[in-house]
Formats: sequence, structure tokens, C-alpha cells
Amino acid sequence: MTKVAQAPLTYDSQLEKMEIELLLEAIYRHYGFDFRSYAFSSIRRRIWKRVNAEGLSNVTALQERILHDSKVMERLLLDLSINVTAMFRDPGFYRAFREDVVPLLRTYPFIRVWHAGCSTGEEVYSMAILLEEEGLLARSRLYATDINEVVLQQARAGIFPLERMQEYTENYIKAGGKRSFSEYYVAKYDGALFSPALTEHVVFSQHNLVTDRSFSEFNVILCRNVLIYFDKSLQARVQGLFYDSLVHFGILGLGSKESLKFSQYEDCYEQIAAEKIYRKIK
Amino acid sequence: MRKVLGGLPPRWDVPIIIVQHRHRDSDQLLVSLLQECTKLRVLEVEDQTEIEPGSIYIAPADYHVLVDKGILALSTDEPVRFSRPSIDVTFESAADAYPGTSIGVVMTGANDDGARGLKRIADRGGRAIVQDPATADSATMPAAALRAVPNADVLALDDIGAFLGRLRVQGALTEREAKRAATGPALRDGEGNRKVDHGLAS
Repeated sequence: MTKVAQAPLTYDSQLEKMEIELLLEAIYRHYGFDFRSYAFSSIRRRIWKRVNAEGLSNVTALQERILHDSKVMERLLLDLSINVTAMFRDPGFYRAFREDVVPLLRTYPFIRVWHAGCSTGEEVYSMAILLEEEGLLARSRLYATDINEVVLQQARAGIFPLERMQEYTENYIKAGGKRSFSEYYVAKYDGALFSPALTEHVVFSQHNLVTDRSFSEFNVILCRNVLIYFDKSLQARVQGLFYDSLVHFGILGLGSKESLKFSQYEDCYEQIAAEKIYRKIK
Repeated sequence: MRKVLGGLPPRWDVPIIIVQHRHRDSDQLLVSLLQECTKLRVLEVEDQTEIEPGSIYIAPADYHVLVDKGILALSTDEPVRFSRPSIDVTFESAADAYPGTSIGVVMTGANDDGARGLKRIADRGGRAIVQDPATADSATMPAAALRAVPNADVLALDDIGAFLGRLRVQGALTEREAKRAATGPALRDGEGNRKVDHGLAS
């Protein structure tokens, strides 16, 4: 049997890593966005997608473009900051939220929810729907923040692709939805426009988890499938930000494969459901 | 997959990553089914899971798995070939993180996910193995992989485990090399038809 062949000399992973680090440094110095502590393999993949989309052949060429053509930077920023999501993603999470968190929320006269890294907003609308059905939306304020203003505009508009509605309806039902999902939107061309009544209680605003500080105290913080794009040290910093922004006994909700273990705050929370829903106890 | 794991030698220690197309809501059943047929530790990939010898990692539903040096990372980026997890995503990242020392195995499946990734593994000097399309319940995936990597090793399902064992013995693998197997019983979201390929049940 033949031995495994030598790696071809054309691929130099050390060089590539350096080029990526230089690109991220250039972005930071020139535009102020700090992607330097993002998880390497996922940001690398997104960078290469942009390199290929621009018709370039290496990362250094992309660095040249972003420094001298801000439109390319806008496109790259979208690539790096949009986190694909879905309405009622992981329906089990929303079901557990209804069953285990809502009873706790009923005890508050006023409920503040922070969607950190809300991206295009699907999960914000999902939470608004859930709170509405539980009779809590009227005394809630949802703060939906993201690093990218373009993405926030999309979230504010509340229009999602009509073709996704079947999948979202299934999710909604599995999440314990009490009504007919189609009540919440009207079809307009290819889009489903969600009821403005839902966003009356939502504030969309720009906030950078990496560089900005805490801006309020919340009863609930939801940050789902955002931390997976951060390296461990950045996750620890962001967990500190969340800890400082949560009331005592406040609730932190993470993505289904995320955890608190990369921060010093793990012992400050107890998990209150089979899902990644934690209550701040210390 | 059980046949492959069952065919591995007793002291197998090379980490294995399994990427199988799964419905976005699928549960832990796959992990427990596979754990039953091996002494190796079987677990689902979580955020920044460390790659350890003697462990078998399963890509979770609705996430891509990216291989980095010593770590597995997750992504929720767009589906690739309608699949998330996508085999190409994992294979390509493995080829880049471990050039020349990774092994890709493509098995039965209903679309061509994995072909591109297998080619990258081969191009970087790694090893490409494809289940013989003639013995696969669904030949589409292995056939596509073979078109992409014509000189891949072609093996019947029953022989894959033992073949990997022989590669190991020959010192063609070191402890830090990651091997990943892709099976592709495509669980068809759109049709609402969750058919598990018979290859798994064997």
C-alpha cells in the first residue's frame, strides 16, 4: 500500500494565517471594527468567500481592496457580521422559554429583553410573538442590537422571505405557538411583512459586543449562535458584559451548542432547562 | 456507519468526525446508536470541542463543523448543497488544517455533497476513500466523489474499517491526524420525509 503523499508545497497555511491576521489588523486600524479575536476557522471561511466573490486570488489582495475601496469593505462587513438564523430556530428552546422562563417573567412589572447580535431579526420577532401570546408584550421592551447598521435596517423592516414561512410555521408550532402563524404576517410579493404591532415594543440599535460597554440592566439576555464566532478570550469578555448587564436572577439564553465554560462566570448561573437557558444566581 | 466503526481495530485512536445530513430538529438518537457499537467515545460536536485521540465526533443538526488545529468549531452559515451540516465544509477545513494527514471517506448518500471536499483533501496530499457505488444504497454521493477524485480508494462497506486499521498500522497516520467519514442518508427536509438510509441500520 502506498504511503500518504507529502503535502503539496503550494499550500502554505502559515502564510495564509499571517495574511488573515494582517487583514483583520488593517480593518481594525482603518475602520475600527475589531474582528481580531474571532474564531479562526469560521472567519477564515467567510474571508475566502469574499476573496472569491471579488474575483481575487488571495487574502492580501482583499486587504488592498478594502483599504482603498470602501464598497468592498461594506460587502466584507456584511459577510462577517450576518449570522444566518431562522424564526423559532430550535423550537425546543422557545418551548422551554415558555414553560420555564415565562412564569418567572410574570413576576416583573416591566420586562427588559436584550437580543445581543440580533442580525436580521428573526429571533426578535419570534420572541415578540411569544411574549404577545403569553400576554407579556405590553409590559416588555426588547432591545435588539447588532454591529451592522445595514442588517439592523433589514431587521426593522420586518420582511422575511415568503418561501421560508412553511419552515417557520413548523418551528412555531413545535415551539408551542398558540395561534395560526399566518396571522402575524401579510404576503407582499416574495416577502412576508410582519405586523408592526410586534415592533412597537422593540428598539433596534447599533452596538458592538466586542468594543462597547454595558448600556442597561436586563431581565433576559438572548445571544444565540453569536458566541460560536468568537474565540475563547472574546467569549469570556462578552460573558462579562452579559453578567454586568443582567439583573439578579436574570435569564441568559444561548445557542444549543454553546456554553458558559470559557468564562469565569460559569458558577454564577444555574441551568434551568434542558436547553441552554441559565439563571444568574450569584 | 456501524459497519465502519465495527471494523476498526481494537486500539484505534485516530479522531473521527462523522458528518451526516440530518433534519434540523433531529435528536441524540444517532449518538446513542453509534455509541452502542464502539468502545470509543462518541459525542456531538459543541462550540470549540477539542479534538482528542480515540474520540468520535458527530456533526450536530443545523450547524456546519469546521476543523481547525486541535479544535472543532461550529458555524451557522448558509447550507451548502442544501445541507447543514455540509460534508464539503468539514472536509475542506480538515484538508486545510491538516494538509497531507487527513483521510476523507465518502459513503452512501443522495446528493453530491462531499465531492469537492474530498478533492481538496486529495489535492493537499491526504487520503481519499470512497464506498463502492455499486454496494451503496444510494450511489449518487460516492459516484460524485469518484468523479472528483478518480484515483480514490474504492472499497465495499464491509472493508472500510479494516482498511483504515491497516493504514494506521503502517504509520500512515499519526495521533494528531483527523479522519472524517461522511455518510449521506439525506434526510429530506423539504419533502417532510425523514427516511433513514438502510446503510445505517445494518
